Amino acid sequence: MTTPPLLSMEGISKSYPGVQALAGVNLALGRGEVLALLGENGAGKSTLMKILGGAVRPDAGRIVIEGVEQPIRSPLDALGAGVAVIHQEFNLVPALGAADNIFLGQEVARGPAGLAWIDRGAQRRRAQALLARLGADFDADAPCRSLSVARQQLVEIAKALVAGARILVMDEPSAALTTPEVAALHDVIRELKRAGTGIVYVSHRLEEIAAVCDRVEVLRDGRNVGGAPVAAVSRGDLIRMMVGRALIEEFPGRSRTPGEVRLVVEGLSRGTAVRGVSFAARAGEILALTGLVGSGRSEVLRLLFGADRRDSGTIRLDGRPVDPRSPRAAIAAGIGLLPEDRKLQGLVLGLSVRENFSLPNLARFSRAGVVRRSEEQRACAGSITALRIKTPRQETAVRGLSGGNQQKVVLAKWLEHHCEVLLFDEPTRGVDVGAKVEIYQLMNDLAAAGKVVVMVSSDLPEVLGMADRILVMHDGRITGRIDDASKATQELIMELAVT
Amino acid sequence: MTHDSPATVPGIPAGGSPEGHWLPSAFSNLGMTWVLLGLCIFFSALTWSEQQPGGAAAARGVADSILASHAPAPRVLVAVRGQPDDVAYADTLAEILRERGATIVGVVKGEPKEARAALVAANAAGEPIDVIAGSAASAAWALFTDLPTDFPALGSPSIIQPRPYAWPNFLKVENLLNIANQIAVIAILAVGMTLVIITGGIDLSVGSLIALVSVVTAVLVRDFAGGVEAGPLGMALAGLGGVAVGALAGAVSGGVIVGFGIPPFIATLAMMLVAGGGASMLAKGQSVYQVPDAFMWLGRGADLGLPNAVVLVLLLYAIAHFVMTRMTFGRWLLAVGGNREAARLSGVPVAGTLLAAYILSGALAGLGGVVMASQLKSGSPNFGQMYELYVIAAVVVGGTSLAGGEGSMIGTLVGALIIAVIQNGMNLVGIESYTQRVVLGGVILAAVLLDRLRRR
Repeated sequence: MTTPPLLSMEGISKSYPGVQALAGVNLALGRGEVLALLGENGAGKSTLMKILGGAVRPDAGRIVIEGVEQPIRSPLDALGAGVAVIHQEFNLVPALGAADNIFLGQEVARGPAGLAWIDRGAQRRRAQALLARLGADFDADAPCRSLSVARQQLVEIAKALVAGARILVMDEPSAALTTPEVAALHDVIRELKRAGTGIVYVSHRLEEIAAVCDRVEVLRDGRNVGGAPVAAVSRGDLIRMMVGRALIEEFPGRSRTPGEVRLVVEGLSRGTAVRGVSFAARAGEILALTGLVGSGRSEVLRLLFGADRRDSGTIRLDGRPVDPRSPRAAIAAGIGLLPEDRKLQGLVLGLSVRENFSLPNLARFSRAGVVRRSEEQRACAGSITALRIKTPRQETAVRGLSGGNQQKVVLAKWLEHHCEVLLFDEPTRGVDVGAKVEIYQLMNDLAAAGKVVVMVSSDLPEVLGMADRILVMHDGRITGRIDDASKATQELIMELAVT
Repeated sequence: MTHDSPATVPGIPAGGSPEGHWLPSAFSNLGMTWVLLGLCIFFSALTWSEQQPGGAAAARGVADSILASHAPAPRVLVAVRGQPDDVAYADTLAEILRERGATIVGVVKGEPKEARAALVAANAAGEPIDVIAGSAASAAWALFTDLPTDFPALGSPSIIQPRPYAWPNFLKVENLLNIANQIAVIAILAVGMTLVIITGGIDLSVGSLIALVSVVTAVLVRDFAGGVEAGPLGMALAGLGGVAVGALAGAVSGGVIVGFGIPPFIATLAMMLVAGGGASMLAKGQSVYQVPDAFMWLGRGADLGLPNAVVLVLLLYAIAHFVMTRMTFGRWLLAVGGNREAARLSGVPVAGTLLAAYILSGALAGLGGVVMASQLKSGSPNFGQMYELYVIAAVVVGGTSLAGGEGSMIGTLVGALIIAVIQNGMNLVGIESYTQRVVLGGVILAAVLLDRLRRR
């Protein structure tokens, strides 16, 4: 007699008005197994995980945990059945310490029933021990808002363990982590694996999957496409399974013909975040800024765009000085920024595709403050076609679009503005493989058209695949300049980044 | 003194506003419009009753029935009471009948004894009378009960009065106009409040600004425009001064909110106290009533067939709707309320947009204060109490999200009308004012819940 698997999801279906999100999906997970759940955005991964976590109820199908069918109807049910989900956005109380967060809702109590108080000493000791087991040594009393993203993630994991989770779902756990932090996270995952916890690892980063996962399961259009042990599939196989077609190449090629220098930045500084950054960008090239999170890469883009005020430094475009005192001034000077977090910074989620698209372009669509609706609609329709934005209508709220299409809307804003300088901050974060290639192609087209293209990315293969020149930052300074990106390697960049 | 009808509305069906062809689409996604219609039907059914027609309108029907029964040239005595409504009816009826060939023996507008005198005279002269036309009241005079005996020479006149008909008191024109007049001030304030709430803020100072501006305007008229002798220009300038004071108060609130990052709730709460206290200081705790009768032109006049205050409200909503749907500023408001950081990074002048919203809210509260001063022919620190809450209720019932980023002016107008219709309807049905508040609170809650369910 074989023991039942840790988790078995059978024939899960779910439809939303107009969309069959899941059609009879199966998923199995063994004890101590790390399963990579792969698929483009919209493939059904998140719906499946929401069903497992109790946030969404399936139309059909059953969830069996250790041989017992579990009717999971709420996140509380899921936790009771031993399932914990660690979302990209953490559910921590910012003002409370790590220990208080870890024991939130399951406090260690002392004293007579009904009059019990929290034994904070015991909580702190147990939290500290738990964190130590996860390889962390920070103070369990420090308020969570003061912790780095990686440490907050550990707090979330510790919280799940205290709740008795045997099945852990991690949604894009490495998205906001630096490379060393990702390695540390993988050590934690291996530790949990040894203890028999089953882990569903949702990620777009194929390298990580090879590093930490045992098996992959690929979804496409709400169905199982296939599953296999990680060792048995190549990167190319995985991409083919996800997109349903073989991508000729992940990074589309482009004729590299660097032209004259257009953007010159000298001595750009702001506090300790950016210290004396100087560089020049040419027409016809893609310049990448990279480095660890917190090294000042994104901050440089924000200073160029006027999102933050610089303390000092000069910026010249085509020989003329530019003074971006505010985003409004930067936009007027022809600078556009695709911000790091498109949901918080790039888009007004409740407004429509059309309204987001025209936000920086209203002056051109209007006369005396009155928007010419037909002109606006025509331009928006043109961009939707040109960028192949998948949206039912112009009037659809961007909230309902997939990550890749949302990013295209942000890009469409700046293309419509005919920006001369385009700053891309993590242009493909949370974007599915198909849309990634399209965004890369657009970046190439912009460079070929002689625009200044500067990108920031934590994804080193992306930096290597896209950039002509690479600037590596550490602690607010440029610590490395690689003038021929084709000679760069991930190892070289990491070396410059950690100095 | 307190103004005891804090809420009510343009009873003109909202479709009558001058907003043209894009109005239907603005209405189509508003469940609250159906709630409003339902309330109107409900109160119409409850106030269904027999109406006695009067005035000039009733005259034509009566003339028709007189000529139908006594063709071709009846001799008619018109006898009514002295009220203006009856007089208008009598004069119009006599004129129509003369035109159409009848002989008017006499038109009596007054007491039964005057009618008796007319009858005695006709009797003495031996002139027969075919018809005595009266109103519902005069037709019941005891004088007319036994005419052939009392005045044999008259023949046997028939007594004809306007035919009563059934119609809801709620839907009578004067009641609808009453609703419109009572809601005007709240509707004006709600325009500014909608702008502020769309940005994700709130303006608690508007009620107190009514008081402050009503006092400022009345004091300006009293002290600088000549008091009860004030001319139109002086009063207009005083009104503009009042609006400017409101705008200034809005600029201070907005400046504090934008410049120092103070939460709007706190900043406008402080302004509410400052404005309320300032109004009492300026008025020395009294009403300021030294204004001419013509001061009531804005609040009580009716130059275009509709009350001036109602015309003002319709105009403001037409402009505000246009601004929100068609102008850059409206788009900026929605973007700032939906996601302030994304708006800033898209080049929206966030600080200027927020400041403008609070200035407009203050100025519109000022305009509301001027209208109320005009309606009540005085300025008083007691005006506008609790109005901020009714205004916020109107905006929220109208479907504007307190979280910001969405909302519509048509929705707000519908919300204001809902509150007005409920209050007016309960007045008509005879529910006392304490009960009214309880019901109103419940209805606001129910309306918002209904909207939430509909959107789900």
